[in-house]
Amino acid sequence: MEWSPRIDRAPDGKIRLRIPGDERALLREVADELTSLLASNDHEPALERLFPSAYEDAEREREFRELTRAQLESGREQAFEILRRTVDEDSLSAEEADAWLRALNDARLVLGTRAEVTEDLDWNELDPSDPRAPDLAVYAYLSWIQEELVEATLAS
Amino acid sequence: MTTLAPAEVELEQPEEDEDAEHDRPWIVIVWNDPINLMSYVTLVFQKLFGYSLSKATKLMLQVHNDGKAVVSSGNREKAELDVARLHSYGLWATMQRD
Repeated sequence: MEWSPRIDRAPDGKIRLRIPGDERALLREVADELTSLLASNDHEPALERLFPSAYEDAEREREFRELTRAQLESGREQAFEILRRTVDEDSLSAEEADAWLRALNDARLVLGTRAEVTEDLDWNELDPSDPRAPDLAVYAYLSWIQEELVEATLAS
Repeated sequence: MTTLAPAEVELEQPEEDEDAEHDRPWIVIVWNDPINLMSYVTLVFQKLFGYSLSKATKLMLQVHNDGKAVVSSGNREKAELDVARLHSYGLWATMQRD
């Protein structure tokens, strides 16, 4: 039997997905959670990682935020909406794959910031009873699938 | 940035060039962070700026190894647009006068 990658690029440019249903269910859950977080008025500090400062100067930064914040927020909501809508598909258009990449990355940024991920995080040292363990497990999975999707996208 | 087998790199804080009010171009800087995947950052540089794989990879490695890299430049409006596009992809970007 010939081995096929879980995610690859078809000759017509579409991104083919061969991922099992439980992973798709998890991705839908992640999309739902991030959508509610973005819509919520509660202040989740990790969300601020999605909207870094452009300027050090406070006045210029305020103007920049006024100009860009709403558009950045709606772009993120749309990406999660596309992820949710296409999560059960067998293939994605280039635009849909781009939305998946941004959505997966946003979810990793929020989970990783919340769990205070560092570059030298040692996964082997992680204690399953650590309160960060559930976030980190999802984070690790999202990192894996994002890497697969990036590789498929780059193979053009 | 990270790979699935993370390496050790120190975080640096952005700092503003205080020299003001000359008509010098603005530069857009991407800073290293512990979450963004190296492959993803390379892909974003290609997508947003049309850089070749080798140029995008070189910039990504500069971010990873030196903590930051200048990825584009231009007038203030162009720099703001580039920063906003980088933020839409989750990269940690700032801008300052060259």
